[in-house]
Amino acid sequence: MTDTVYGPVTDWATDFDHGAPEYNNNIHQIWDDLKAAGCPIAHTERYGGVWLPLTHDLVKEIAYDPSRFSSLTPVVQQLKPSEALLEDPEALGAPIGPVPPISSDPPFHADARRLLLPAFSPKVIDPWRKEVEEICNKLIDDMGDTDVIDAAVQYTQHIPVLVVAQMVGLPLSDADQFRGWVDMVLGGIGAERSEERMAQFMAMDEYLTKHIEAHIANPQDNLTSYLINSEIFGEKLSPRHVFGTILLLIIAGIDTTWSGIGSSLWHLASNPIDRRRLVENPEKISMAVEEFLRAYAPVTMARMVTDDMEFHGVQMKKEDRVLLPFPAANRDENQFADPAIVDIEREENRHAAFGLGIHRCIGSNLARLEMNVAIEVFLKRFPDFELETSEQVTWSTGQVRGPRNLPFRINVRA
Amino acid sequence: MRVHVDSSKCQGHNRCYALAPELFDVDDLGNAFELNDGVVPAGLEDKARLAVANCPEFAITIED
Repeated sequence: MTDTVYGPVTDWATDFDHGAPEYNNNIHQIWDDLKAAGCPIAHTERYGGVWLPLTHDLVKEIAYDPSRFSSLTPVVQQLKPSEALLEDPEALGAPIGPVPPISSDPPFHADARRLLLPAFSPKVIDPWRKEVEEICNKLIDDMGDTDVIDAAVQYTQHIPVLVVAQMVGLPLSDADQFRGWVDMVLGGIGAERSEERMAQFMAMDEYLTKHIEAHIANPQDNLTSYLINSEIFGEKLSPRHVFGTILLLIIAGIDTTWSGIGSSLWHLASNPIDRRRLVENPEKISMAVEEFLRAYAPVTMARMVTDDMEFHGVQMKKEDRVLLPFPAANRDENQFADPAIVDIEREENRHAAFGLGIHRCIGSNLARLEMNVAIEVFLKRFPDFELETSEQVTWSTGQVRGPRNLPFRINVRA
Repeated sequence: MRVHVDSSKCQGHNRCYALAPELFDVDDLGNAFELNDGVVPAGLEDKARLAVANCPEFAITIED
């Protein structure tokens, strides 16, 4: 696929397309060109009208202002929120949204989020380290001893899916199935809304509904049963709330971390000096992970404009969407010294990879753990590897950016 | 030297606790607070500054 349903982009300042492969393939050049042309907020009529602010200040201001910028649609798809609700009247509208709490606004948001926070606090997440190490080592064991591997297909894409599946209580044997669905939901935002795609959405819906029903009948010790038994404002969560949150945990926990691990390994395959520094000094990995999160932040979120207004010189209309490119904020020279340089020992690093404000990624502690362990194990087992240059690296499409294949030549095994 | 976490700004990024667990802790919701009334023991000044320099929400301040 080279174009979305909207066709080729004519001008990135006035007609951008965040779902086009060209966007994620050339993302840093596109932002630099826009900023050099004096365009801090790009616009497109595609997807019903979307704005793209590029500076740290603008991204922060929007993230901190949920009354003017609603979280109802975290992913900018072809249907506007009002159109999507017409298609699926049972879906939750504002302020809860389809995938609470990421799609929820205050004051509902705080209560829905508080339910989940204890399950993702550092002290609950840290003990997962051993499990993640085992997953990573097993994936490498399964690669055999071939000289060329695909680290995305054989390694990065499996790690978060296996962890999330255990947390939510999904059978590990179905991991490929729901990773495929997640990829479709997030990667296909610009694809034709064909009957085949709609059937896939229905299948995912039915699968998760059955999963929840099975847990109502037979409670287990996992997040699904926890949500079913949770209360908000003195009442059990609605079935749609439980469904939306489980869908969120799966969608938000898989593509994102897969992309973060993949971009980090891609950097290490392309930068032998950094790779050697981390092989020789594994205690520096955690700091390097923060720099990879800054430089290759996978996730761009989105907001919806709640009313017609002027915002920093542009006229926004009610129900316009606004992308929140945290990765672009992370490359703002007013916030970071030499932002284009990847410095794995950067000491001052207030990166926004996990967002800013009340919607800070609830899984950030888990994502960090998975990234750290995945890189530690990979470097330990493969102290020397490089990109196999005969093959092209392809990047995902949509608001989560990461490499979808990583052809590596393994030079040394330990 | 003393450190202070502004709880109205903290969003639970957990950078301070990861970088300087001698100076900060987190509650069950993942929100950070300073230990020992924020007093930074001698020798940990650099860690305090590192925590400040890595808080995405600019929630931590230092008083000399």
